[in-house]
Amino acid sequence: MKLIFDIALSHIRARRRQTLVSTAGVMMGVGFSIAIAALLEGSQRDFLTRIVDYLPHVVVKDEYREPPVQPSRLANPLAAVFVRGIRPHDEERGLKDPMAKVRALEEIPGARVAPALRTQIFLRYGGKDVAVAAMGVEPQRERLTSRLELDMTAGSLMALETGANGIIIGVGLARKLGVEMNGILTAVSAAGVSMKMKVVGMYRTGIVTLDESEIYMLLKKAQILAARPNVVSQIRLRLDEPTEAVEVAQAIEARWGYKTESWQEANEGFLSFFTVRNFVMYATVSAILIVASFGIFNIVSTVVFEKTRDIAILKSMGFDPGDIRAVFLVEGLVVGIIGTLLGWGLGWALCQGLAQVRFEIKLVTEVQGFLLYYTWVHYAVAGLVAAVSATLASWLPARKASRVNPVEIIRGAA
Amino acid sequence: MDAVIEARGLTRILPGPVPVTLVREVDFQAQPGELVAISGASGSGKSSLLYLLGLLDRPTEGSIQIEGRPTTTLNDSALAALRLEAVGFVFQFHFLLPEFTVLENITLPMRKRGAFGQKAQTERAMGLLADLGLQGEEAKTPDQLSGGQRQRVAIARALANDPRLILADEPTGSLDSKNGRLVFDIFKRLAESDGRAVITVTHDATLAALCHRQVHMVDGRLIN
Repeated sequence: MKLIFDIALSHIRARRRQTLVSTAGVMMGVGFSIAIAALLEGSQRDFLTRIVDYLPHVVVKDEYREPPVQPSRLANPLAAVFVRGIRPHDEERGLKDPMAKVRALEEIPGARVAPALRTQIFLRYGGKDVAVAAMGVEPQRERLTSRLELDMTAGSLMALETGANGIIIGVGLARKLGVEMNGILTAVSAAGVSMKMKVVGMYRTGIVTLDESEIYMLLKKAQILAARPNVVSQIRLRLDEPTEAVEVAQAIEARWGYKTESWQEANEGFLSFFTVRNFVMYATVSAILIVASFGIFNIVSTVVFEKTRDIAILKSMGFDPGDIRAVFLVEGLVVGIIGTLLGWGLGWALCQGLAQVRFEIKLVTEVQGFLLYYTWVHYAVAGLVAAVSATLASWLPARKASRVNPVEIIRGAA
Repeated sequence: MDAVIEARGLTRILPGPVPVTLVREVDFQAQPGELVAISGASGSGKSSLLYLLGLLDRPTEGSIQIEGRPTTTLNDSALAALRLEAVGFVFQFHFLLPEFTVLENITLPMRKRGAFGQKAQTERAMGLLADLGLQGEEAKTPDQLSGGQRQRVAIARALANDPRLILADEPTGSLDSKNGRLVFDIFKRLAESDGRAVITVTHDATLAALCHRQVHMVDGRLIN
């Protein structure tokens, strides 16, 4: 085998410049694909981490997945007469007997539970009107189920209980309204109730839509604003093990019939978007590496063409077709492997460089720089694709070399 | 003693819209210690016959035995293995690998065969170089040698695995008469003192006359 390597290396050494270019091609392909993968997966993981950190893992809602069936339908399932335009009977919305349910849900191992009433209100400050979602919460339970307390930039969650009519707003909303801490604004609900509220706290999650459109107040105040005493619209759960959210949500829904959403379901759009994005990423990365392998094809074909006489003499000497094929496969693989090793170095260096870049940008979330995710998997995938394409790229010329008929070549030379 | 090579009824037809018959029903054998010249006009099929005898090409019909071993049923790899140990080729052009030194070129067939240790391979190659008057040239690359020297290196390479059969195709074709004579003297020695069979294609009548036996080819047929 060493003999095969020696012959292969002698060919590569004789075409140093071309080998260098092909190796550089593989290196670039591997390096950039690692950097791109780190970037894409970094931002994706950051987003998922934020969702899991900030949003409740399971939400029990005061809705049903299917509208209730009309009583007349139930009575006469085969009725010939169909009455159009029947609207569903408007039940009092809200979860029935919320505190009993909260206590029941607390039995789930690893779950922390908080009830909330979510209602749409207008906040009026000076001449400005902003529609926001008001969350009526119980601060003692809320602090266990959300990161709200950790995200406070001013004031505190507990101040909701101590002061009268306190609200906590996001920094984005504060900027929009131009309101500061202890500012007094007017909350107006769809039910027509209006209340003076005082800003007792501000938070920043980094998720732009939350920071601009969600405010928090005591559950009781929200019930007054919505004119729905003793009612909650959702119960939110936080689990020790976020991955179990889907099963937990299904169990709860089966028990009470209320629509219960896991965080995966609530963010389905994003998750399928990520699937598409990952597909695009791997397709692009593979394309880069396949293009890089054209370089390998080029050099190995050139060598095969140039070395036809050597191939003929080796065959006449007693090298069999397999040996000849091995020589040229080794040439492609050497270029591929050296390119991959250099590419790993380049990819690592690119990631280090990108990690140094600082900027501020508001997309779905606020970021201060490139979010990179490091994993050996990216290196392994890039290396594997490079190795496979190098093998394929040298396989064709190697096969051609193994089929060289020495008689024709020697006759042609004479 | 067995013949080194024995061929019966060799025919080689190149297939095609108009099939071309290169070699027609040739019977041929060579004994140990024999130097045989094959002569003939160009296109008479002498090189084609040589390639058939050396197992580089397969006959359309007929059979070849090398040192008593039949070859007709062997596959390509087995033929290559047999070539490696039993046949040494010398061509008109030296066909040395330009990236390898003289010594590396000569040890190449031995390394492929893996028969000797590395040290023994080097020693054997140095011995062959000394035999052929090439002492001190082992570290050079082929392009640093003269034409005659290169051809002698090619002979040393053909002898690397100590084959009983040496086949040469116009070995003096690109050499001057002095070097050509030198090569034939070597062939004669290889046959007479080492008991090999040496078969050479040549159109040089003077050199052919030095051989033990001459055969002549006309239109693919062998005439003794």
